[in-house]
Amino acid sequence: MSTEARKPPPQIALKIRRVLGGKTGWNGIAVQFAFAAVLGWIAYEIVSNARANLENQHIAAGFGFLGNNAGFDVNQTLISYTGSDTFLRVFLVGLLNTLVVSVVGIVFATVIGFIVALCRLSPNWLLSRVGEIYVEIIRNLPVLFQILFWYLAVLAALPNPRQSISLLGIAFVSNRGLVIPRPIGESGFEVFVAVLALGIVASLALRIYARRALFQRGQMIRIWPYVLGLLFGLPLVTMLVSGLPFTFELPQLKGFNFAGGSRIIPEFVALTLALSTYTAAFIAEIVRAGILSVHSGQMEAGSSLGLSRGTTLRLVVVPQAMRVIVPPLTNQYLNLTKNSSLAVAIGYPDLVSVFAGTSLSQTGQAIEIIAMTMGVYLLISLITSAVMSVYGWRVSRSLGA
Amino acid sequence: MSDITSSSFVRQDLLNERPAPVKTTGFIGLVRTRLFNSPTNILLTIVGALLLWFTIIPSVKFLMVDAVWTGKDRTACLAENAGFAVGACWPYIQAKLPQLIYGFYPEAERWRVNLTLVLAVVLLLPLLIPRLPSKGLNAGLFFVAFPVVAFFLLHGGGIKGFGLSWTADLLQLFDDSIIGAGQALLSLGKTSAVAPLLWVVGNFIVLLGTAIYWLIFPLTWLRDQLQGTGQSVWADFAITAAIVSLIAFVLGGGVRTGGRALASSIATFVAIAIVIKLMGLDHGGLPIVQTNLWGGLLVTLVVSVTGIVTSLPIGIALALGRRSTIPLIRIFSIAFIEFWRGVPLITVLFFATYMLPLFLPGNFTVDGLVRALIGISLFTGAYQAENVRGGLAAIPRGQGEAAAALGLSWWKTTSLIVLPQALRHVIPNLVNSFISLFKDTSLVSIVALFDLLGSLRASFSDPKWSSPSTAFTGFAFAGIIYFIFCFGMSRYSLFVEHRLNAHRRN
Repeated sequence: MSTEARKPPPQIALKIRRVLGGKTGWNGIAVQFAFAAVLGWIAYEIVSNARANLENQHIAAGFGFLGNNAGFDVNQTLISYTGSDTFLRVFLVGLLNTLVVSVVGIVFATVIGFIVALCRLSPNWLLSRVGEIYVEIIRNLPVLFQILFWYLAVLAALPNPRQSISLLGIAFVSNRGLVIPRPIGESGFEVFVAVLALGIVASLALRIYARRALFQRGQMIRIWPYVLGLLFGLPLVTMLVSGLPFTFELPQLKGFNFAGGSRIIPEFVALTLALSTYTAAFIAEIVRAGILSVHSGQMEAGSSLGLSRGTTLRLVVVPQAMRVIVPPLTNQYLNLTKNSSLAVAIGYPDLVSVFAGTSLSQTGQAIEIIAMTMGVYLLISLITSAVMSVYGWRVSRSLGA
Repeated sequence: MSDITSSSFVRQDLLNERPAPVKTTGFIGLVRTRLFNSPTNILLTIVGALLLWFTIIPSVKFLMVDAVWTGKDRTACLAENAGFAVGACWPYIQAKLPQLIYGFYPEAERWRVNLTLVLAVVLLLPLLIPRLPSKGLNAGLFFVAFPVVAFFLLHGGGIKGFGLSWTADLLQLFDDSIIGAGQALLSLGKTSAVAPLLWVVGNFIVLLGTAIYWLIFPLTWLRDQLQGTGQSVWADFAITAAIVSLIAFVLGGGVRTGGRALASSIATFVAIAIVIKLMGLDHGGLPIVQTNLWGGLLVTLVVSVTGIVTSLPIGIALALGRRSTIPLIRIFSIAFIEFWRGVPLITVLFFATYMLPLFLPGNFTVDGLVRALIGISLFTGAYQAENVRGGLAAIPRGQGEAAAALGLSWWKTTSLIVLPQALRHVIPNLVNSFISLFKDTSLVSIVALFDLLGSLRASFSDPKWSSPSTAFTGFAFAGIIYFIFCFGMSRYSLFVEHRLNAHRRN
């Protein structure tokens, strides 16, 4: 005869206390009330002061100004924009410019960063010292200093368009920016793009098939000749059949400036240069730390299995290093995006410069404009950190399995 | 047993000497093993040498060989006058040096800036050398006393009252705003749907305000009496010193053990009295220099030191708040930290410059430098909070539990057991944050403050010195200054890290 264990009492009051006040119980609830009262009081003061100040300065609160005409020009736009467009359009133009400079900067920073990291890890003494000097110098100078250095010293010292430096006769560097040929679509353009897309999809499928064959049947399939054929041969054949997909419009020197081609403004060049070289120094340190974090026994184990040095790196070391590298790397990408706001110092028309700078001084809507600008950056970083936490969860799950 | 030498398998003659092994140490060894040991490496060495050749040689040539060292204005730095391709134009730096260091700080008052810098160095150096004793006193002097003294030295001006008047003023301000909020609620209650509730709450708050008014009445009365006398500062000082020393004596344990607390309190007040007397704060102090005259390296250092000093307490408070079990405080800390970490510093500075004045009462203006300082403190505070949180997470739970078992309260556990260990753990991270703060101070030049970079940029537009090499010279000079500070700090952080990890080395 056994007696059933009694159920524990529900203790509802205790549970509520725990939820509301944490470990400290009723004291915690009291502290929260006092804290909420202080916060509420500060919020009340801010709102009432802001309202009174805005009334004094005759500024109408609210987002109505976004529909007004901006009335100023922007010297680099990705979407069509004229001075008679609205402030909302200015916001979009600035946002797109910020994104463009960030993406280009991220690509260059990653490439330079990996190269410098490889230099630092190289067994060659001189090359690793060169990498070290690069990292130390770049990391210890403010990024704004570097942006201004490229813009005010280096790019300003370039010759004017008439004496511009010619790069193989197709691109020209001068103090008015970089002029490059502009591609113009011809009749065969659609077919070309379609075939190229087909080639990419087919090579991806091939790769998946090859991996499956390797993992399931242990069969090595050499796919690179096929991939090469799909990615380059097929478009080449199409080009021969249906004519050139696009031609380049070469820039010509006419009078004091260039006609034709597309011009990349010097602000963009300076900003991209400074941001990518600056962030590259940090990326190099992250990559180096990631690769060093893989135990040297892994490399030795790979070579004792008969894998070559390159294969060991590719299949054994790098996948393990990536786990360490990726989270701080995303952080650096985020930093680069945030640092792109320094464009305001040299007048590159990014979000902060055209929206929080020019639009703010024209409308005086400080609260709305700064809140919108901060919101954009906050959104970008919150999305990134959400993605990163999913990534971290997946990595820890795969490690536990 | 035959003679061993006669055995056929034993070698009869000596081997030839083998050549000495290839040397792998020293310069020759280095060259052999790490520069020229394989064709790829030889190629890489040549690439590296070329890279150095095309960067180092032109830099040295620009900075030293081709440089112009003396001159009166731009004509000295023009190629046609010098007769060669001109490198750095050092006379330009010489002419602009005062502006780059002091900004427009009046020339007669510059000794104050120098004195502040000397004081900072004298207080900071012993703090950085781990061997020297009495770190607590030193840190207190640097983080609390020095900023106050530096403010009166750099800005000038005196004080009208002391602790008692300030406390009375602060309490009165607080009380006034409580009564104001209550009355606002009452007036709101006339039109609202929940009028009775608002009326009750409003009346309660007004009643509370009135009660506080009578509670602090002795203080305000005493302050008004003191303001009437001629020596208000010294009378106020004496009363404050007496009250604070008495409280320290009682809290320190009364007659039995309070002597120590009393002695240190009295010593502190004597030191404060000496400072007040020396600087003449009781009768106006030094002449006031408005912050819009400050500039150059002075502003860079003021902004970074203020950021360092204020961000640490903010960071510690936020980190503790984020680990608190009280929901509202935890949520607030998380939101605060993530907000400031998610936005770029430049938008924070825009916020502080354009939005903050709107949030303050109309008659209340804040100095431009102070606005930037507030923004930078909040921004850096959020970053320091994450550093401190890392340190707090590294402390084993057993430490806190042992303290709780000894009967220590939360405050004592945190301040005596957990925080000292946690902060020691994260000194390298804190120093790294200081480095990025120091670099980020250059951003204040965008909101119309003339720090080192801002002054440099302003000096470029001087037609007296405009020459092709002016910009490069200026950037070289400022770059060297920034590099020295940041590199020094990063080496120090490495040194501390090395020291902290001493037990882990083998």
